[in-house]
Amino acid sequence: MSKFKKKTKADTNIPTSALPDIIFMLLFFFMVTTVLREQEILVEQKIPQATQLQKLQKKTLISYLYIGKPKNTSLYGSEPRIQANDVLINTSDIILWVNQEKDNLSEAERDQITISLKADRDVKMGPISDIQFELREADARKLMYASVGKVENN
Amino acid sequence: MASKRGRMSQEVNAGSMADIAFLLLIFFLVTTTIASDKGILNILPPKQDPNQPPPEVELNERNIFNILINANDDLLIEGEFRNNTDGLSEEIKSFVLNFGNPDEDAVALFNELPPSLRGLAEQSPESSDHPMTGGAVISIKTNRGTSYETYLEVLDLVKKAYFEIYGERVGLTAEQYRALSGQTAAEKELIDRGKDRIPMAISIAEPDKIGS
Repeated sequence: MSKFKKKTKADTNIPTSALPDIIFMLLFFFMVTTVLREQEILVEQKIPQATQLQKLQKKTLISYLYIGKPKNTSLYGSEPRIQANDVLINTSDIILWVNQEKDNLSEAERDQITISLKADRDVKMGPISDIQFELREADARKLMYASVGKVENN
Repeated sequence: MASKRGRMSQEVNAGSMADIAFLLLIFFLVTTTIASDKGILNILPPKQDPNQPPPEVELNERNIFNILINANDDLLIEGEFRNNTDGLSEEIKSFVLNFGNPDEDAVALFNELPPSLRGLAEQSPESSDHPMTGGAVISIKTNRGTSYETYLEVLDLVKKAYFEIYGERVGLTAEQYRALSGQTAAEKELIDRGKDRIPMAISIAEPDKIGS
C-alpha cells in the first residue's frame, strides 16, 4: 500500500522545459533547408505538368533559365523572353551565360552542367528550340524541362 | 550554496523562449520555398560541325515511330490524325518491343525479357525490327507554333513507355525505377540492368517553320 501512496504524491505536471529545445531543433531544420529566393522572377511562370519526373542529385550543377511572357509587358513587350540570373537576355547571349555558369563550377564538373529550363506552359516551341540550339552550341547538353507532378488518372 | 537555495528562484524564466522560437519557426515556415528540382531530363545532341554535314543514318521507315505535332497542337502519329494523346504510351511500348525482324542478339535479348514484356511482341513486319541500337526510334517533330505544354506531354508519354519497360525488366514499377538515384552500387546495377541493350532512342527534330 505504501507504494501506491507514493505514486499519488508524484508531480502530475508535464515538464515543459524541453519544449524550447524541440522547437529550436525544428527551427534549425527549416533555417538550414530554406533557400531564400535570391532573385526576382521577371517572367510569368506557369510550370507545365508531367508524370515522369526525375530528380537531380547535385544541385550545384544546375543553372536555371526562365522563359515566359514578361510580367512587365509595358517595359519588355509581350513576346516570351529568357531570364538568366536576374536579367532578361537575348537568345544570342546564352552561350556567354553558359560559359559564365561553367566558370562557377570546378574544373571536373564543368561538362556535367545541367540547364533547368523553367518555361511557361504558354510558350511556343519556336523560342524553346532556339534556346536548345544555342545550348548545343555552348556544349551544355544536359537539359531538364522543369515540371511539376501530375496525378495520373489511369 | 545554501544561500542560493534559500532564495526563491534565480532561474531566468524560460517559458516564453518557446514562444519566441515558435515565432521564428513560423517565419521560416512561411518563407521556405523547398526548391523543386524535378523535371524531364533530355540530353541534347552534340553540336554540329559546320564543315561536316550530319551523318546520314539509314533507318527503315518501319523502325521509326513518327510523332508530328502541328501548330494547332494536333498530332499525327504514324500517319494517323489524333487530337489527344490517349493510349500513346501503350502504342510506343508495343512498337519498341515488337521484335519484327530480330537478329541473333535481339533474340537473346528477347529471351531474357520477363514474360509480361515478351507478350507485347507482336512480331509485326510493319513495326520495329528490335529495340536495340538502330532498331526502334521514336521521332518527335514539332512546329515552331506548337505549344511547349503539348510537346512536353508527348515527351512525357514517350519517357513513360520506356520507364515502364525498364521497370518491368527489374521487377519494379516505373515510379520506383525513376526514383533510383544510382548513388549506391545496388541501385546503379538495377538502373543498368533495366536499360541494358534497350536505349532510350528519342529523336527530337528541329521544328519546321512552315504552316504555323
